[in-house]
Amino acid sequence: MLLSYLKLAWKVLLRRRFFTFINLFGVSFTLMILLVVMALVDHVVGPNMPEKRIDRMLFVNTIRQERVDGHGWMNRPASVHFVDTYIRRMKTPEKVALTSNIYDATAFTNNGLLPLDVRYTDGNFWQIMDFAFVGGRAFSEAEVAQAQRVCVINEATARSYFGTANVVGRTIEVDLKRYRVAGVVRNVSAVHIASYADVWVPYTLSPSLVRDSSIGGEFLVVLLAPTAAAAPAMREEYRQMVQRVEIPNPKEVKAIYSYADPMLATFTRALHFSGDMDEDDDNVGTFYLICTILGLLFMLLPALNLVNLNVTRILERSSEIGVRKAFGATGRNLVGQFLVENVVLAVVGGLLGLGLAAGALALLNEAHVVAYAQFSLSWRVFGWGLGLALLFGLMSGVYPAWKMSRLNPVVALRGSGEQK
Amino acid sequence: MENMLAPAAHRATDTVRPQAGPPVLQLRNIEKVYQTKTIETVALHQVNLTIGKGEFVSIMGPSGCGKSTLLSIMGLLDEPTSGEIELDGRPVQSYSDRELAALRNQKIGFVFQSYHLINDLSVLDNVELPLLYRSGVSGRERRERALAALERVGLGARTNHFPGQLSGGQRQRVAIARALAGRPELILADEPTGNLDSVMGEEILELLLHLNREGTTIVMVTHDEQQALKTQRLIRFFDGSQVS
Repeated sequence: MLLSYLKLAWKVLLRRRFFTFINLFGVSFTLMILLVVMALVDHVVGPNMPEKRIDRMLFVNTIRQERVDGHGWMNRPASVHFVDTYIRRMKTPEKVALTSNIYDATAFTNNGLLPLDVRYTDGNFWQIMDFAFVGGRAFSEAEVAQAQRVCVINEATARSYFGTANVVGRTIEVDLKRYRVAGVVRNVSAVHIASYADVWVPYTLSPSLVRDSSIGGEFLVVLLAPTAAAAPAMREEYRQMVQRVEIPNPKEVKAIYSYADPMLATFTRALHFSGDMDEDDDNVGTFYLICTILGLLFMLLPALNLVNLNVTRILERSSEIGVRKAFGATGRNLVGQFLVENVVLAVVGGLLGLGLAAGALALLNEAHVVAYAQFSLSWRVFGWGLGLALLFGLMSGVYPAWKMSRLNPVVALRGSGEQK
Repeated sequence: MENMLAPAAHRATDTVRPQAGPPVLQLRNIEKVYQTKTIETVALHQVNLTIGKGEFVSIMGPSGCGKSTLLSIMGLLDEPTSGEIELDGRPVQSYSDRELAALRNQKIGFVFQSYHLINDLSVLDNVELPLLYRSGVSGRERRERALAALERVGLGARTNHFPGQLSGGQRQRVAIARALAGRPELILADEPTGNLDSVMGEEILELLLHLNREGTTIVMVTHDEQQALKTQRLIRFFDGSQVS
């Protein structure tokens, strides 16, 4: 039966070229935009190089300190002391890495100034992140401990500075300090806030590194769980650990809050939907809810348009409905047939939308909106796209199909679309 | 009153159709009343009718006398306000909508005045339609039976045409092939020649007569006295009642 429906749907769509075109236009453009947005989101929070094992990673971006007597809040990343004393003593994490935020730096080349983004990291950072090395290697924990002047640079920097990517062992001068190039990696998109840089150097060389017992410092922390399934337990252990942290300056700080979150939650937690600053909610649920509502609203307009077109076409097709009923079609048969017709249309529109989205992303890549970002459609996004197309097809087909199946055959055969 | 009428009707029909087989369809005391807020319209009043296997019955009457309503009720597309219908000796009142759809599919074939072909589908697909709603019929069998039905109406060469490419007479032949494809026990034709000129109308009637000689039971509503006289039995309607 389904096969006959599909065959029928295909024939009807081919015969109704104008109707099909209008519908495909609406469906494919809507889906294109949704898919582009999804590809962008996926690029940020999905398992992309170098954060390939992102499902096993948790990120600690800030430690929020609530000051006494309503003096407000202090948000800072973690200090080395905090990482060593508390985080590295946790049991669940397989590895703990620390990495600074991006610092602006400059190098001089024959062509003039080369602005660079520098990141200070430890040795574990290279074991947690999966960088694609073009040549050489990462710097080791030992080199970090000895504060050796080594660095890893990305391909773009190697080419701009040396004119070639084959530069392992050579020396680069950044902010008038000389570093030996230990390795060269493929460019990393600037949206990867925990890993992106042009030049990576041992954190022990950081000029702003402070070694005291304060909790706030300058490092983001990345925790790697042994398996993806262990990530929630690691998150929970971190939560409990934070509650046991000894506040070094209790006269100034009343309480501290800090969370180890998956990538998406690090963004959504900062949204503070409720306005309550000390609430322990990563807002991921709310975020998904808002995205779903926005997505549905966005699809609603073209879907309503399609509903309208379809309802109008019921009048046009009333004779067909009457005939089908007269020859034994049940209401369910008609609903099935019509939904299949609509879903086929939506899926074809979805595939077109995927093509359009791929084109739009290629244009975005071409325009270099984000440094080194290569947006692409993954199978995951493709799956989402087909899912959305199906949802769209059902959304726009259910009501007209139901209305159609309710048509009284005698009235339908008389040629008017009057209801029972 | 009702009890007196029913046997009378039986007697009358028995004399007109000497070679009729066992009843395919029986209507008893059918009433159909259309009710709006202000007006009550009686479309059918006390209709008693038996259609025997192999019969060709025509129904005549002026416009609005209830002929089409009667045909809809006979075709299980419409429900009478009161009265009983028996198809193949089984009362149909008790059936659900789903079962009624299955009955229509297996027992009845419709032919309409304005053909009601689906313009988006080819001739062959149109004729396959009744078999689409029958379980256990393979795509290949559907195709074979539809082709056979088209051969019977003399359109075996036009299977891939679309209805818009055919003349009125040809379209009605397709419609008849569609009605035949499901091998129903009863064909209900609502003014099948009403939209055709006299030559084509004659052709269609000849086709129906031929099918009847081959054993198909047919009930036809018509305005054409000449045509009606060529069938085995003529029933006249006036204002919702059977007058002969």
